[in-house]
Amino acid sequence: MMIETLVIVVLLTFLIVCTIGIIVLRDLLAAVILLGMYSLIAAGIFIVMDAVDVAFTEAAVGAGISTILLLACLSHTSHVQKPQQHNNIWALIMVSLTGLLLLYGTMDMPGYGDANSPAQQHPELAQRFIHESGSEVGMPNVVTSVLASYRGYDTLGETVVVFAAGVAVLALLGLKRREGLEPEDDEPESGNRRVSRQVADGEQDRGNDGVANS
Amino acid sequence: MFSAIIIALLVSMALAITRALLGPTIYDRILSVNSIGTKTVLLMAAYGFATGRPDFLDIALVYALINFIGTIAILKFFEYHDLGSGAYQEDDY
Repeated sequence: MMIETLVIVVLLTFLIVCTIGIIVLRDLLAAVILLGMYSLIAAGIFIVMDAVDVAFTEAAVGAGISTILLLACLSHTSHVQKPQQHNNIWALIMVSLTGLLLLYGTMDMPGYGDANSPAQQHPELAQRFIHESGSEVGMPNVVTSVLASYRGYDTLGETVVVFAAGVAVLALLGLKRREGLEPEDDEPESGNRRVSRQVADGEQDRGNDGVANS
Repeated sequence: MFSAIIIALLVSMALAITRALLGPTIYDRILSVNSIGTKTVLLMAAYGFATGRPDFLDIALVYALINFIGTIAILKFFEYHDLGSGAYQEDDY
């Protein structure tokens, strides 16, 4: 369809512009903002390509969580990139070569939306999902029934891994923050900080109790 | 008619991206990323209606929420230089 091609081409151009901006800009906060913008536009492309679940993930992870994580990183460092001293011509050559190789690798792949591709023609998987999932699972969306029912254990394992990683990151960040609060005693305290310190102390107490109990 | 809406949205997205790239102050960039998010939500809704599948509206609503969270995080970082505490620090930004 005409409008679909137009939207995809224009959005891909936006992605290129955003990427060049991220590379060129020295202000890291602006780069983080552009990265969030990049994710939103990429999610729009995925929507146009009918991959709604991928678009959802891209928006939640790319625009939501990574923006927050990168900002948390920036709060521990400077937000202006240092000018580069050395010449990066070899890195550019390597990156270009890798990109060309990847592009070459996509030559063998079937065209976008090709109904005759091997993945669509597999008799026991794709054909069966397309024809039977409506009666077997009852979801109108085949992707949802594959994700949540046919490979439900795989999805459960994935979720557990992501949850464990999230808990680990939170534990690391939380420990860092409590250490960081200590040396700021000489500053005049605002009400908010006192409250947050009380909360942090309470958490530590609870943590100690937990250790003592176990 | 939906095509005209989509083209208008794409043009306004281009303008917002230009502002994000050129923007001399951080406020320009925050405003532009916020308006890019709004335009994406609108684009999704318009595209859903243009292709006859208004189910995209639900996803557009979730996008609006995510966009809000991202803007809040950026603004909080900008105000406090920190995401963890709610304390205010006098600083020259």
